[in-house]
Amino acid sequence: MEAIFYIAAIVAVLATVLTVTRLNPVHALLYLTVSLLAVAVVFYTLGAPFMAALEVVIYAGAIMVLFVFVVMLLNLGRHTVEIERSWLSPGAFVGPAILAAILVGEVSYLLARSGTLTPPVAEVSPHQVALSLYGPYLLGVELASFLLLGALVGAYHVGSRRAQGRTTVGSRSDRTGLASGGDLVRTGADRPSGAA
Amino acid sequence: MFALGLIGLLVRRNLLFILMAIEVMLNASGLAFVSAGARWGQADGQVMFLFILTVAAAEVAVGLALLLRLYHRFHSLDVDAASEMRG
Repeated sequence: MEAIFYIAAIVAVLATVLTVTRLNPVHALLYLTVSLLAVAVVFYTLGAPFMAALEVVIYAGAIMVLFVFVVMLLNLGRHTVEIERSWLSPGAFVGPAILAAILVGEVSYLLARSGTLTPPVAEVSPHQVALSLYGPYLLGVELASFLLLGALVGAYHVGSRRAQGRTTVGSRSDRTGLASGGDLVRTGADRPSGAA
Repeated sequence: MFALGLIGLLVRRNLLFILMAIEVMLNASGLAFVSAGARWGQADGQVMFLFILTVAAAEVAVGLALLLRLYHRFHSLDVDAASEMRG
């Protein structure tokens, strides 16, 4: 059990390093997903199985889907086909696939040996977490619901098309951006110096 | 991992990578909370991780909406492109 913890931790740190250092956003997203899954395995070995499930469902599921949607939404230009082809090259999938295969091996080992392995630390059951969450932390739950509602309304307002007509037309960087064509991976290297 | 996220936040100028680095940092703090809760056998660490999860979900929704607006306006994800505000 401890060996599994250390292997998962090493996979998490490795995937995070590769996330930060990738230049292509989709490669970075793949590594980030692997990193989150590795952290989920770490949670399981730390005796928090409910948190591991939430990590997979919410972080690796919902939040990563949002990221992927936005990345795909931004690439509606002419270069889409070439960019898509370069992303689908097998080299992009080898690294995350190896790291994910390590995690799959660990999880299958845990499933095969379930019941015989004793966790190194005492498991904090979801029952205790729920009692604590709706007991002393009830105010925090209400605040979290307020935060989610505020984020929902804010994201809708910021992302709505209606607010888009209020932007100043013909500002300097607007023109230069249109002239050079939008590209996701271009980080403004050709923008005029001292634009302000 | 928190240090890695912080380095990513400081080094990159692409807004998408900055958001990903923030995710890494939130995740690292959640990991610290859960491991501390496991160390002392308390449920508080996992409760705090639930709150961190909520904050991360809210942050990523607003952050990605801002990212879309930035891209539609400047056709670039460079955060320096948006440094035009005059006070």
